[in-house]
Amino acid sequence: MLLSLLPIPEQASTQSVAIDTLFLVFTALVVFFTVLVSVVLTIFAIKYTRGSKADRSNPLDGSLKLEITWSVIPLVLAIGAFSWASYVYFDLVHPPADSMEVTVVGRQWMWKIQHPTGQREINELHVPVGRPVKLTMTSQDVIHSFFIPAFRVKQDVVPGTYSQLWFEATKPGTYHLFCAEYCGTEHSRMIGSVVAMEPQDYEKWLQAGSTNESMVQAGERLFRDKGCSGCHAGNSSVRAPLLNGISGGPVPLDDGTVVPADDLYLRDSILLPKKQVAAGFKPIMPTFQGQLSEEELFQLIAYIKTLE
Amino acid sequence: MSSEALTYPIEPAKAASPGDNYLTNGFSLKSWLLTHDHKRIAILYLISISVFFVIGGLAASLVRLELITPEGDLLAHETYNKMFTVHGVVMVFFFLVPSIPAVLGNFLVPLMIGARDLAFPRINLLSWYVFIVGGLFTLVVALTGGIDTGWTFYTPYSSMFSNTYVAMAAVGVFITGFSSILTGLNFIVTIHKMRAPGLTWFRLPLFVWGQYATSLIMILGTPVLASTVALVAVERVFRIGVFDPALGGDPILFQHLFWFYSHPAVYIMILPAMGVISELISAFSRRPVFGYHFIALSSIAIAALSFLVWGHHLFVSGQSPYAGLVFSVLSFLVAVPSAIKTFNWTATLYKSSISWDTPMIYAMGFMGLFLIGGLTGLYLAAIAIDIHVTDTYFVVAHFHYIMVGGAVMGYLGGMHYWWPKISGRMYPEGWAKISAVLIFAGFNLTFFPQFIVGYWGMPRRYHTYAPEFQVLNVMSTAGASILGVAYAFPVFYFLWSLKYGEKAPANPWGATGLEWQVPSPPPTVNFEEVPVVTEEPYQYPLLEPERV
Repeated sequence: MLLSLLPIPEQASTQSVAIDTLFLVFTALVVFFTVLVSVVLTIFAIKYTRGSKADRSNPLDGSLKLEITWSVIPLVLAIGAFSWASYVYFDLVHPPADSMEVTVVGRQWMWKIQHPTGQREINELHVPVGRPVKLTMTSQDVIHSFFIPAFRVKQDVVPGTYSQLWFEATKPGTYHLFCAEYCGTEHSRMIGSVVAMEPQDYEKWLQAGSTNESMVQAGERLFRDKGCSGCHAGNSSVRAPLLNGISGGPVPLDDGTVVPADDLYLRDSILLPKKQVAAGFKPIMPTFQGQLSEEELFQLIAYIKTLE
Repeated sequence: MSSEALTYPIEPAKAASPGDNYLTNGFSLKSWLLTHDHKRIAILYLISISVFFVIGGLAASLVRLELITPEGDLLAHETYNKMFTVHGVVMVFFFLVPSIPAVLGNFLVPLMIGARDLAFPRINLLSWYVFIVGGLFTLVVALTGGIDTGWTFYTPYSSMFSNTYVAMAAVGVFITGFSSILTGLNFIVTIHKMRAPGLTWFRLPLFVWGQYATSLIMILGTPVLASTVALVAVERVFRIGVFDPALGGDPILFQHLFWFYSHPAVYIMILPAMGVISELISAFSRRPVFGYHFIALSSIAIAALSFLVWGHHLFVSGQSPYAGLVFSVLSFLVAVPSAIKTFNWTATLYKSSISWDTPMIYAMGFMGLFLIGGLTGLYLAAIAIDIHVTDTYFVVAHFHYIMVGGAVMGYLGGMHYWWPKISGRMYPEGWAKISAVLIFAGFNLTFFPQFIVGYWGMPRRYHTYAPEFQVLNVMSTAGASILGVAYAFPVFYFLWSLKYGEKAPANPWGATGLEWQVPSPPPTVNFEEVPVVTEEPYQYPLLEPERV
């Protein structure tokens, strides 16, 4: 109960400690300046109330020295605070390479989550503690925002593109999951929980969950069923780029630029094939807009990324 | 400034009999609705924005009442969402943005610079009509079904998904934008061309500097907002893809365009209030404003910086981290001109002689609330912290400290200070002091707990919330009840004073400034003879050095 009166909420991720430290230092700065100005104001207010006996000789209308002092000190402090905060931010912005990947699809008003092994969840996310987890997220309709206060992480989930968020849980427990970007009528019901578990418990949870196929297996099935393999397989008569080893590598485009083949590039190539045409190929691929759900896109991409 | 530039667009005054003033110059409705007198137009604005303030306040009351419990037991989801949207749209576009400029600025800018009216009196009246047309659109929307997008109109929700009257509200905001543009234009031309002989730029009252900086933002920023909401309406009505990815648009583009206006808009609200505070502190401490040039130029610096920081609203939108850094450092820099103002106001009190009339209490209240509001902006400028607190009640608390704690305290302080000039009557000092103190206390009780509940993780715009957030929400609602009652006081005693208030002399506060050299209320022509300014502003007589 006493703990809940402190302004610091539960810390349950590696990020939360760094961000809270920053928050407390900022708070110390804020309190210092608030107290400084309030004390000086109060002293002046009492001392110089009309009719009071106080020395009012040689008043001051301005002073360049003072102006410089109280411009330069805030400037230096602001730049210092900015530098430290940015250092903390950059430390947090890139997910570690060994992160476990989970996909999230937001829609009015629920979170649909799929684990690489195929388990699906709605409004719940189970994760192991002590292991970085990277979420790749998109929305089916409007902008949402994936917010886990106990982890101090938040990322908007935007239709038509992928956004990423990563965290490493440090403490087993059940934590709030909120949608933080206003998304319509039942915005405040777009909530759920993140369950952080010891790794062995997480394994047990994975095994208990019923699943027919992993994301990669589902992607492989789609690759065949939707006709992707008709052109993008080695024995095809249509001249289309082979996708083996494409993931993450550089792709030269026919306009001379080179782009990395990240998740968003793969997604755009499926839905908007004319947007970025690979160098040396004709723009003959049809769009698959409207034929694949966001979940199926994630599965296809997961499969394409395994092609070697 | 050369004297040949001093041409006045109104006819010479009719022979004024003593006691003739702008209020007695015609009593018919027509004499008000077709007036070209900047003072009467200010009154028209005062009445209109007060009505909007009541509407916005009622919507806020429903929101706060609903939030007493974690469950949604008072309003339906849809109704709650419409209430916070009405609150935001009405308070921002129809109260805060026009408040100080259109009421106090309209009334005072010509008086303060020794002019007989604004440069374009007819355009001034037009701007009020445009404001009213935009306001009526929005009111019709509010009364016939409402709009549920939040005042930020984020796409693609607003353009493609909301089932409420978004297009009509967008048209209302679009139209009202032109009223801001016209007022800004009028002020800029007036301040450039119509200053009295001898009134150089650095002899201008700081209130006028604040209005000038504000006008710059109004004419540079408002067109962007107007085109942005127009695009939302176009996408919604004609299904032309601009913001919705399903139509080939980019939803984040909307946020860039929207905040390119709406961040500077915060400074449209706070810069005029800062101008008021400079006047109040000087008048009630009997001292020239410390560091006049620094306060004047820091207003311009804030106006300039305001256009370069919009991206700090997009730190979690997926904006490039490098773009984020640039917006972060520029946002931190806003702290410098804000600090300069605060320290200079404080230093003004050194060796002064302070009288604690109501406007001075508001000025001190402003200092405290602006300090907290401004300093909490630093958390939001730091990307690492902003990730956690953005879109939570922390942000709600922060911007209310600036926009209500700052702007509304400045507006009320100014209303009390210039009320004798506007109405020719004194307000009852005792009631005014009580309400000022109540507003300060109620405000803090309402919004301080929101910093904490925000850091705990309560998202904004939540109709229902987790039970552990309840205690702080109950405190907030308790504070809002005090605030609501305290805000009602001035409405009653200002009206009361029109009939029963003591008659105000020309200069009840013994203040400097040209507006205090004309009778209260001022004659229609303001100045029978064009005043000539021969000295710096705020030249209060040297105080008796009372030695201990």
